[in-house]
Amino acid sequence: MELLMAILIGVLFTAAVYLILSRSILKIIIGTGLLSHGAHLLILTMGGLGGTAPPVLADGVTEFADPLPQALILTAIVISFGVTAFILVLAYRAYAVHKTDNMNQLKGNDEHD
Amino acid sequence: MINLLLFPIILPFFFAILLLFFKEKIKTQRILALIGVVVSLAASLVLLWKVKTDGIQAITLGSWPAPFGISMVSDMLSVLLVTTTLLLTLFIVIYSFTSIGQQRERFFYYPAILFLVTGVNGAFTTGDIFNLFVFFEVLLMASYVLIVLGGEKKQLRESLKYILVNVISSALFVITVAYLYSVVGTLNMADISVKIAEVNQPGIITVIAVLFLIVFGIKGSIFPLYFWLPGSYSAPPVPVLALFGALLTKVGIYAIMRTYTLFFVHDIGFTHEILMVLSILTIIAGCIGALAYFDLKQIIIYNIVIAVGVILFGAAQMNEAGMSGAVFYLIHDMLIKGALFLLIGIIIYITGTSNLRKMGGLMKTHAPLGWFYLIAAFGLAGIPPLSGFVGKLLIVKGAFEAGNVWGSIIILASSLVVLLSVMRIFIYAFWGEPKMELPKTDRKAYLRLMGPALVLVMLTIVYGVGTEWLVPFMTDATDVLLQPSIYIDAVLK
Repeated sequence: MELLMAILIGVLFTAAVYLILSRSILKIIIGTGLLSHGAHLLILTMGGLGGTAPPVLADGVTEFADPLPQALILTAIVISFGVTAFILVLAYRAYAVHKTDNMNQLKGNDEHD
Repeated sequence: MINLLLFPIILPFFFAILLLFFKEKIKTQRILALIGVVVSLAASLVLLWKVKTDGIQAITLGSWPAPFGISMVSDMLSVLLVTTTLLLTLFIVIYSFTSIGQQRERFFYYPAILFLVTGVNGAFTTGDIFNLFVFFEVLLMASYVLIVLGGEKKQLRESLKYILVNVISSALFVITVAYLYSVVGTLNMADISVKIAEVNQPGIITVIAVLFLIVFGIKGSIFPLYFWLPGSYSAPPVPVLALFGALLTKVGIYAIMRTYTLFFVHDIGFTHEILMVLSILTIIAGCIGALAYFDLKQIIIYNIVIAVGVILFGAAQMNEAGMSGAVFYLIHDMLIKGALFLLIGIIIYITGTSNLRKMGGLMKTHAPLGWFYLIAAFGLAGIPPLSGFVGKLLIVKGAFEAGNVWGSIIILASSLVVLLSVMRIFIYAFWGEPKMELPKTDRKAYLRLMGPALVLVMLTIVYGVGTEWLVPFMTDATDVLLQPSIYIDAVLK
């Protein structure tokens, strides 16, 4: 199971890097989304996928899932949702003002203004 | 007062939420923001005194025993940084009253600043590595708002890059924390330190150390990873730039210092060697940038990069002189960068441009500004009685003790470059004949801008002259960094 997850995470990261390296802002944003999903799955995998019971502690229960990675993912997912929403709005504004979604045309510094 | 160390985090947060309800009432916003910062500053000063007299303060939220609940730890280093943060914010908020403009004030400028302070103070105080990530996100979210606020063409373009860089580095942070968790099985920073000491830092932990260096290096702008900084920081208006320049990179530096003194101390020959080489390269790259530009903002922005290198070089020595030099220089740099950015803001306000070639002869019309700029510039370069000197002296002393002669020579040479780069601003902007008609500016606004900037410059002078008085505080901070057991005992009891 861990191996399968590792491959899945690898595929997600590959796709994310490919998309982030493209020129269109929208593709980059989708790339960052995939990147953070890969990171979330990585937390889950790194905490160990064992455990058959939910983490409710009672006498005699020894095989329970580690609750901590799930708590971490929850936090990280919320944060990444918030940031993604913010970037989408920002990208829209930047598109409206600059009339382009091509990163190449958003290069440069003060002297180019 | 067991919750005392949470006040500098919660109070700005509370006032920020309160401010959200007064969107259109600018007067109310200003007063509330000012009260918020002052109250938080008072709380942090009480905390500073408490830490000085009673030692490290730690609290574990939800009354869970230490490795399980989320710990908040206030040692001398973090409380000093928290106090400096709030002190700077106070001046920047007062400065913003005049300079930021009503349009931005109306769109949640003050709440964003207070949220930023919440995040920064939280990152300085937290004793849990995942919580550090969360507070990083809090301050980054606020910084996204601040950098794009106003929606100018340049701001939109640069903030897009700023956000993308930070999102990717945040993902990397999560990945690194996941690796660390899988190896040591804990997130509490004191507990991680214990566990790593137990397994004596195998290779995988060293890999994680380098990953942490990359993550915090992006935020703290060390050598190959500072590429985003000059562009992004030049986009927002000056008070925001001052806030970013003085605070944000320092959070990254703090995180590097914390992890590299608490966790990864068993393979110093590798990890700290990398840190040292990178810090020297950072200094060189910053020096090149500072000399290359003829733009006020860019010159000072590249001076941030140089300072990052100097502080980390001190921290990489891992001996008492180097470490206390790094702490000295860290606080000095926060104060002096704040002061310089505020002064630069006044120069830009007077001349209406940030291009040095178009300026000249300001000394005839604005002599006090010139003199205070000169003092701040000398302080930055580290001319003896002023504040940069002690830190740099200790760092160089530490480097000589550790046998890194070349590094210390580069640090000393970089002081000259720093002096040259800021003196160039002085020469071009203040000397000679006026090259252009100064645009009409409000004399009253000029005086109101000068107020906070001058007080901040004077504070840096006091910081330099009063070094003797500050030594006990710095010694406490250094002790915690060099002897992780103090920190661990305080958290785990």
